[in-house]
Amino acid sequence: MNWQEFFTMGGYGLYVWGSYGIAALILILNLYLPLRRRKVVRQRLREFLHLKEQTR
Amino acid sequence: MPRLFKAIGRLYWRDLTVALRRSTDILTPLVFFVIVVSLFPLGLGPEPNTLRTIAPGVIWVGALLATMLSLNRLFANDYVDGTLEQMALAPYPLALLVLTKIAAHWTLTGLPLVLISPLLAVQMQLPEAAFRTLTLSLLLGTPILSLLGAVGAALTLGLRGGGVLVSLLVLPLYTPVLIFGAGSVAGVLVGIDTGAHFSLLGAFLALALTFLPWATAAALRVSLD
Amino acid sequence: MHKYASPKFFYVLAGQLVPWIATITIVLLLAGLYLGLFVAPSDYQQGESYRIMFVHVPAAWMSMFIYVLMAGAGAVALVWNIKLAEIFANSCAPIGASFTFLALATGSLWGKPMWGTWWAWDARLTSELILFFLYIGYMALQASIDDPRRAARAAAILALVGVVNIPVIHFSVEWWNTLHQPASLGKVGTPSIHPSMLAPLLLMAFAFKTFFAGTVLLRMRNEILERERHTTWVTEMLESKP
Repeated sequence: MNWQEFFTMGGYGLYVWGSYGIAALILILNLYLPLRRRKVVRQRLREFLHLKEQTR
Repeated sequence: MPRLFKAIGRLYWRDLTVALRRSTDILTPLVFFVIVVSLFPLGLGPEPNTLRTIAPGVIWVGALLATMLSLNRLFANDYVDGTLEQMALAPYPLALLVLTKIAAHWTLTGLPLVLISPLLAVQMQLPEAAFRTLTLSLLLGTPILSLLGAVGAALTLGLRGGGVLVSLLVLPLYTPVLIFGAGSVAGVLVGIDTGAHFSLLGAFLALALTFLPWATAAALRVSLD
Repeated sequence: MHKYASPKFFYVLAGQLVPWIATITIVLLLAGLYLGLFVAPSDYQQGESYRIMFVHVPAAWMSMFIYVLMAGAGAVALVWNIKLAEIFANSCAPIGASFTFLALATGSLWGKPMWGTWWAWDARLTSELILFFLYIGYMALQASIDDPRRAARAAAILALVGVVNIPVIHFSVEWWNTLHQPASLGKVGTPSIHPSMLAPLLLMAFAFKTFFAGTVLLRMRNEILERERHTTWVTEMLESKP
């Protein structure tokens, strides 16, 4: 396996790796954002519950 | 049935007279249309050949934008004073009432654009042979723009930021009309037969007339609930 | 039928499915990338740059597929009033928009070595651009309406009008493109598909589909929690887990 050739992609390295890079970014974002939101939602809902408990 | 016709007739007439009382609402989009088209020669230079080439696109985009500007007067006033809710409760098909309102709206918005277009054609150095095509394409196209715009206006009823939001929703949907409308005029400039363009515009209009009033009525019910 | 439409049941089911879907996605991605980057041979005309196809084409397929699903779910929500359908449609939109963006970005990157410009008004890219605007409009409409019910129903109507328009837009743009395109530009060349190229393409396409399935479930779970926050099952669940 010619690693040199693999990285330069016959001169098109920027375009090919740029594309795969953006694809990776999109996939990671689409994974990260809902997971982070889950934390935020659960946190907020718990606070809301505690407040409800306290004001009973 | 005759009651329905009477109701439609009265609604159409009422919308016309109410709109005419607020004449600025009607004149503003028209003046906007003229100003926007006039900006292009100022921006690009008066070279007749350049202007002639871009004329179909510029005039058509101007018509699109002017239509967008006028959309809020379609439902907003009736929404605010409760007339729209009355219409939704009336014993007539809401889709037909909506179609009537759109017809009245087009009479005072779209039709003036069509009528003033030869003037703009002259400004943009279009040859007289193209005038008829331009006017005809706008005559077929502006009703479609009004029908599509009505769905957008109905969906965004009462929302803040309504005007820009409607543009965002509706402009992408306008692209086929733009392509064939402006395309017909560009075609006539190069000598292509424009039969296909008009057939398609006609087909779009027929489809729009059949489905969009119904979609608009559904959207109104969603917004009114 | 009603059991499946219950948010609680769906929440639990989705939670169980996600790990499996994740595993399948990773396997498909690795297989697709391996075949696409290492095994598939160089293209006769385009050299190595054609490999962008393995992300561009699946992204474009997903952008269309998701919009159709979104519109379908919207129709279900409008006709049968099913909350989960509303939540599903909602959750589809950002994912679909990001795939559309990916198709545009990779299309541009593929076009540069082929045509020499970063953007060309090629039929497919132009259609993707308009589709992107349709997604943005959908999300903007949703965001502008406070009541989730009204928001979902309004967005559903918009999506349905949009989905009917999409074939019209495609057709118009294709026509417009053939008329204006100088002969030197070809279509962003999908090279004559060799089986060794077809396999990674399909693998990546499936990988994107399963990825979408997994992430849409994640988003749906979040929205279910928010919408059902007043119910006892959510309360109990939040109290039990730290």
